[in-house]
Amino acid sequence: MTFQQASTARASKSSLFLRSQMRNIAPFATLLLLLIFFSIASPSFATIDNASNILTQISVTGIMAVGLTFVILCGEIDLSVASVANATGIVVAYFTLQESYVNIANIPVAGWLAVILALAACTGLGLVNAFGTTVIGIPSFIMTLAMMQIGAGICALLVRGQIAYNVPEIVSTLGASNVGGFPTIALVLIAFLVAGHVTLTYTRFGRYIYMVGGNREAAEYSGVNVKLILGAALVICAVCSGIAGMVGVAHFGSAQQNEFDGYLLDAIAAVVVGGTSLFGGRGGIGNTIVGLCVLGVLNNGLDHIQIDSFLKILIRGLILLAALIVNVYVQNIRSVERAEG
Amino acid sequence: MLGISKSFGGVAALREVDFTLRAGEIHGLVGENGAGKSTMMKIIAGVHTGYEGKMLIDGKEVHFRSARDALAAGIGMVHQELSIMPDLTVGENVYLGKQPVTAAGIIDWRTMMTGAHDQLKSLGIDVDPKTRMGDLPIGLQQLIELARVIFSGARIIILDEPTSALSPPEVQLLFNVLKGVRASGRSIVFISHFLDDILSISDTVTVFRNGRLIVTHSVEGIDKGWLIERMIGAGHQDLEESYTGTITLASKPGLPVVLAAENLGFGRAYVDVNFDVKAGEILGIYGFMGCGQIELARTLFGKIKADTGTLAIDGRKRRLRNTTQAHDAGIAFVPENRRSMLFYEQPVYKNVSISILGRISRLWLKPNVERSIARKHVESLSIRPPRAEVALGALSGGNQQKVALAKWLTHRPKVLVLSEPTRGMDVGAKDDVVKIVRALRDEGLAVIVVSAEPETVLSLADRVLVMKKGRIVREFTNETISKDRLLEAA
Repeated sequence: MTFQQASTARASKSSLFLRSQMRNIAPFATLLLLLIFFSIASPSFATIDNASNILTQISVTGIMAVGLTFVILCGEIDLSVASVANATGIVVAYFTLQESYVNIANIPVAGWLAVILALAACTGLGLVNAFGTTVIGIPSFIMTLAMMQIGAGICALLVRGQIAYNVPEIVSTLGASNVGGFPTIALVLIAFLVAGHVTLTYTRFGRYIYMVGGNREAAEYSGVNVKLILGAALVICAVCSGIAGMVGVAHFGSAQQNEFDGYLLDAIAAVVVGGTSLFGGRGGIGNTIVGLCVLGVLNNGLDHIQIDSFLKILIRGLILLAALIVNVYVQNIRSVERAEG
Repeated sequence: MLGISKSFGGVAALREVDFTLRAGEIHGLVGENGAGKSTMMKIIAGVHTGYEGKMLIDGKEVHFRSARDALAAGIGMVHQELSIMPDLTVGENVYLGKQPVTAAGIIDWRTMMTGAHDQLKSLGIDVDPKTRMGDLPIGLQQLIELARVIFSGARIIILDEPTSALSPPEVQLLFNVLKGVRASGRSIVFISHFLDDILSISDTVTVFRNGRLIVTHSVEGIDKGWLIERMIGAGHQDLEESYTGTITLASKPGLPVVLAAENLGFGRAYVDVNFDVKAGEILGIYGFMGCGQIELARTLFGKIKADTGTLAIDGRKRRLRNTTQAHDAGIAFVPENRRSMLFYEQPVYKNVSISILGRISRLWLKPNVERSIARKHVESLSIRPPRAEVALGALSGGNQQKVALAKWLTHRPKVLVLSEPTRGMDVGAKDDVVKIVRALRDEGLAVIVVSAEPETVLSLADRVLVMKKGRIVREFTNETISKDRLLEAA
């Protein structure tokens, strides 16, 4: 009897482990399936050159996704990432000397100063998000929706429908150059991923992020300054977005309105497809990396096989839906367990 | 019911229980937590569907597949957590899900309101059906939910802990209603931890222990001691005495004041609250549910900001604008609800270390230090399973409560505020908590115990304040008090 109980306990424990890892396994399986599918479907897909391509393509999204991971782990959302990126990219170009044919009333300053001003701009926008969410108490969904519009407004005012091309040298080095054949922008992404992972996993701040996301009330009753943590996450997210915007502008070679419009969805999708819980507390940069790869492989792979380019949009939407279903399904498994326990 | 057995994941929750409920009786059900009484009732109410054994109603065998099935067969349950709609009117709540409609398919408000009024009146509840439910006191809300269950045609009504949130007059009102229900030939199952209530309302009482039905007996000629003996088995008499007998408060003179509150006030919750608490004493604050003591406890931990008055810690005036400031000022708080202070998906050691993380690490985490601290507590509080890496959600309720306390044991605060520290715990676990809290007091901690259960306050406190409708109305020091005197004061 005792033995039997012990063995059933062990069996249920290992199945419990598997179920608790579903969140991590499902996105990884998706990635493998996509890789296998595209490798078979297109001979040009599985090449080193293309791998480097994919890495470059996900870089701007990836840097935003690092910041967004912090916010989503807290159980909040930031809808202003793409807009803040766009505004910051335009700010850095606004403070850089442009060619004579660019008709923008800009203020050229030294390159380093332009970068500092741009960083100040995205930090400021992040602080506004943080203030609105934590001090005033506006839900982050609404607050950052407003910020999305504010960012677009800043972009519009600064460039007035024109296009700027030049950015400070340091930004163009990071965004649009190669080191030994390896794209620098991908190195920037890797640096952000590493820094994000280290912060979330090995620092006190990172632990607080998980705790606030896991049970906000409990964090508060443990003396954690929940508002400070939430605010910090929103500022980190805005700064990541701003840097993504700067290197993105350099990468694309121009700064203009609505340049990053598709990136909001991609960044959120990368975090969520990777398995980070939209309810907070579960997931991390590891998940975001997998999510980024799924998105990057999907976008890139669909270009390699001959497929109606309008259908591509629908397919991306369906894959995102599937990932969300898995995300919520796994969440349900856990809440059932909690109810039983 | 014959030979009912039910097990969860290999653990037997009920073993071969034969239970009989007669028409027109109020049947009290007692037992410690986990004794099986709730499981039993959930089977009757169709919540648990897989079980062994037979259930007969009026001699006919039934097997419910859902709570809806059970309701259709005339079995209704009023849970401890009310399922009323606070923003709807009383009338709408009474008719929830079966609103009368006119020929045009529009809700017939007039019928609904007069119907609700008449039906409530027939139960002796006099309330305007147009009142918003949430504006009523909790006792009336409960009666209205009960009324809804009765009007839905239930012949067997199961009440789970109906009196835990009620003041004595509200309990009286409930009992009067229940007697009326009994007179109409319906049967009532009354589950409660409050033995006095069980004894005063029930006709028959059944005791559960360890999944077994120990005895069913008429309430004639039995008393609390008789029940308790059967609930917990032999050898615990002394324990019961410390909870319900008279105790003599022994405040020690000359202890330094750690925390002093002056003229504290917060909205309608409490006003003009003055008290102090000294190092090395346990201050009990007793009052009925909703008399402001919960809000007061939250104020002390900076969760609620008082509108008026000041708090001084160690003689220094402090403004606690958030919980972090309270934490840093040396105050620790354990809320009444375990769920609101633990992280279920995280391992035990992260739950323990969260409140002291700032002390053991500045920037980088030191998981090894966290683990070793947690292991010490796991061992000294004999938490099962004895591993700090286990996810908290895998622990039983009692062990979770120990983790909640362990969290503050390392923190070494100056003031420990406990809200309902033993609510819903069985006698053994209560005893553990009492021991831990006393040990903390003896180490020089100032402890504030806030509770609506007289037993909790009596078993812990060295000095007792009684709150009534937001005011402190009575202080007991250096005198002999008992449950009666506490209840009388509140």
